[in-house]
Amino acid sequence: MAALTEEQSMIRDQAKSWVTEQSPVQKFREMRDKDVDGSYFPETWSAMVDMGWTGIIVPEQYGGSDLGYLTFGVILEECGRQLTASPLFASALAGASALLVAGNEDQKQAVLPKIVDGSAIVTLAVDEGPRHDPAGARLKAEKSGDGYMLTGDKTFVLEGMTATHFVVSARTGGEGEQGITLFLVPATATGVSREQVRTMDSRGYANVHFDGVEVGADGVLGPVDGGYPLLEQILDRARAGMGAEMLGTAAQAFDMTLEYLKTRVQFGKVIGSFQALGHRAAMLFTQMELARSCAEAALQAIDENADNVAELTSLSKAKVGDFLHDMSNQLIQIHGGIGMTDEYDAGFYLKRARLLETTFGNQAFHRNRYAELLNF
Amino acid sequence: MANEALETFRAEAAEWLKNNFPSTLAGKGMGIEGEMTEDTRADWETWRQRLTEKGWGAPTWPKEFGGAGLSHPEAKVIAQEMGKIGAVNHIPLIAGMGVTMVGPTIMEYGTDDQKARHLPRIASGEIRWCLGLSEPNAGSDLAGLSTKAEIDGDTFRINGQKVWTSGADISQWCGALVRTDSNAAKRDGISFVLVPMDQEGIETRPIKLISGASPFCETFFNDARTDKSELLGPLNQGWSVVKRLLQHERQSQTQAGTPRATGSRKSLQEKAKDYVGTDAMGRLADADLRNRVARHLMDAQAHSLTIGRITAEARGNVEVSAAASILKNSATFVAQTRAELNLEIAGSQGVGWEGDHFSAEELGNVKDWLFGKAMSIYGGSFEVQNNIISKNILGLPETTQKD
Repeated sequence: MAALTEEQSMIRDQAKSWVTEQSPVQKFREMRDKDVDGSYFPETWSAMVDMGWTGIIVPEQYGGSDLGYLTFGVILEECGRQLTASPLFASALAGASALLVAGNEDQKQAVLPKIVDGSAIVTLAVDEGPRHDPAGARLKAEKSGDGYMLTGDKTFVLEGMTATHFVVSARTGGEGEQGITLFLVPATATGVSREQVRTMDSRGYANVHFDGVEVGADGVLGPVDGGYPLLEQILDRARAGMGAEMLGTAAQAFDMTLEYLKTRVQFGKVIGSFQALGHRAAMLFTQMELARSCAEAALQAIDENADNVAELTSLSKAKVGDFLHDMSNQLIQIHGGIGMTDEYDAGFYLKRARLLETTFGNQAFHRNRYAELLNF
Repeated sequence: MANEALETFRAEAAEWLKNNFPSTLAGKGMGIEGEMTEDTRADWETWRQRLTEKGWGAPTWPKEFGGAGLSHPEAKVIAQEMGKIGAVNHIPLIAGMGVTMVGPTIMEYGTDDQKARHLPRIASGEIRWCLGLSEPNAGSDLAGLSTKAEIDGDTFRINGQKVWTSGADISQWCGALVRTDSNAAKRDGISFVLVPMDQEGIETRPIKLISGASPFCETFFNDARTDKSELLGPLNQGWSVVKRLLQHERQSQTQAGTPRATGSRKSLQEKAKDYVGTDAMGRLADADLRNRVARHLMDAQAHSLTIGRITAEARGNVEVSAAASILKNSATFVAQTRAELNLEIAGSQGVGWEGDHFSAEELGNVKDWLFGKAMSIYGGSFEVQNNIISKNILGLPETTQKD
C-alpha cells in the first residue's frame, strides 16, 4: 500500500477546488429543484471533459491520459463530497472499463475516444430486478443473421436517460454464470426504449427495454457465452470506483457533522464537548480511516493488476458502505431538527447514501461474496 | 533508502544470521524465563551476547547507546530474515518495558549520564524494566495518582502503591510516576523517576487474573529510595514525560490485529468449517456465524491495510503519531472479536478450563479470550483513546474534567 503520489495529491487539490467552486452541493439542489433533464447540467459535463477527467483510465492511444484507477478515485471522492451530478462515474469509469476489459481493438478505437471527448455516454445495463444479481441475466440474445437479437428489460441503469450506449449482459445459453454474453448497444438502435426512474437521490436512473433489438457481430463484447468473468472484472472496477465516491460522500457528511459539533451550543456549551458525542465522532473517524484504506487498496490493486482485486473490491464496497450507512444516519441524528429539514443539505447525503449502497451490490452482497472468495 | 541498498542489506543480514544464530534455538520460542529449557539456556546467552555486539537488540537505537543506528525499514528486514530461519530477537522481551517504552523515553528526556548508564544495558537485555504508573485509585485518571516522592538529602523517598506493574517481581529497575508537589494542580505536581527494584523498601505481589497467572504485580513502596540523579525530565513535569511514554506504548500495541500476531496456523474460517460443517454449497453451515466471520475477516484486513497506509504516508517511519489511538482501538476490536469467535466456533469445546477433554489450542483460546479483555483497558482504555481522538485529532473540546 502506497501513499498517494505527488501527482495524485495535486489532482486531488485541483478537483477539490473545482468541485467546491463550480459544482458545490447548492448546484445539486438547483438541479433537483429545476428537475433538469438527464439529472445533470450539460456545462458540468463539458467542464469535466475539458479538464481531462473523462480520460483518466483510458490509454493514450485512445485519447486518454492513462493515470489509473486510484487517480480516478481521487476525483470521484471529491465529486462524491459535493454530490456533483454528471455521467463521469457511469461512463468514464464503468463504461470505459467495459471497453478496456472486454472490447476488441476496433471497438476500443470506435468508442473510447468518444468517451474521452464526452460525445459518447456508455453505461452498464446489468440488473433486471430489485437485487444486484449479475449472474441472473434473463434478457435473451438469440442468433439473428450475423449478429443477435436482444429481448428483455434492464432496471436501475445509471445515467440511463442520457446514455448513448449500453453495455448489456444477455443470456445466450446455459444458466447462472454460464451462457452470459456482453453486448454494446447504441441507445438509438431500433427497439430500445427507456423511462426515467425517479429515485429519492435525484440521480439519473432509467429502466431500459430491448424489444427485438438487432445487434451486429461487431456489437459483441468479448466471447460469446463467456461474458461472465469479464462482467465481474468490469463490475469490480465500477464497484471500486464507486467505493471512492461513497467515501467522499461519507467524508463530507463527517466534516459537516464535526463542524456542527464545534458550533452548535446547548446547555451553554458546544455540543462536541459532551463525551457521548465526542466518542461517537471518534468512532466514526476511526471507521472512516479504516474505510479509506480499503477504498484505496481496491483501486490500487486494479492499477497493479493484482490477483486479489475481487476480494479487495468487495472489502471496499462493504466497509465503505457500512461507514456511509452509519455516517449518514449520524449526520441527521447529530444535527437534530435542522437535519430533518429539506432546506438543509443533510437529507441529500442520507438519500444518496442508500442509493450508493445498493448500486452494484450492497454490504450484505459483498460480505457474502467475500466469504465465497475465501472459500467458506 | 533505495530498494537496491535495502536488498544488499538483506543479504548481509541473512549472512550474519546464518553465521551467528545458534541453530539449536531455531523455532524454540522466545527465550524468556519459564519458557526456555535448561539445555538451551547457554545458547540463549550466547545469542544475546552476539546480538548485543551487533547492536541488533535495539537495532534502530544509536550505536553509542547499544543500538546499530539502523533505519526502520532495515530493522524490518532483520526481523523478516530472522523469521525465515526461526530466529527471534529476544532482547526486547527480556528487557521488559526497556526497549519498547523506557528506552525511547530516556533517549528523549534523559541526561547524558542517564543515557550512558541505562540505555546500553537495556539494549543488551541485561536489565529488565517495569513501569509503575497505575494505582488502585488512578487508572484511566492516571494524573490522580498519589504515590509520593519527597526529597530527602540526595535521594527521593518514595511511599505508595502501584498496580499492574507488569514483570515487577523479576525487574531490576522501574520507571515510576510519582507526586512531588501535592499543592500544585494534579498534572503539574508529578515527576518521573527511575527506581532500582532491589531494595528493602519495595515489595511486589503477583496478581492472579480471570485468565489465571499473569505477569502483573502490585508493587508497594515503603520508604523506598532512589538517587536524585534518577529524575527523568524536569521536576514536576513528569506528565509530559509520561504522555510521550504512553504514545510509545500505544505504538507497540497497534499490531495486535494483524495475522502475524494471532496464534493458530489454521485460518479462522477453516477452523469454523471443521467445527460447524458446511452446507451443500460449501458454505459454513451456520449462516449467522458465517456473516460474522466474514465481517471479522474484513475488519482484520481493513486494520492491516490501515497500518500499511499510515506507514506509507509517514514515509516508512511511523513515529509516535496521533493515528496510534485509532490503530490501538482497531487492533483491540479485531483481536477481541477474533477471540470471541474462537470460543463460539468451538461450542462446548470452547469453554474448557483444564484437563484432557480439551485440546491445548482450545484451552489456550479460553485464556487468550479472557486475557484479551485487558486490551481495551490497559495502555489507555478504549474510552481514553476516544478522548484522545476527539480532542487531539478532531479538535473537539476536552471531554474530561481537569482539576
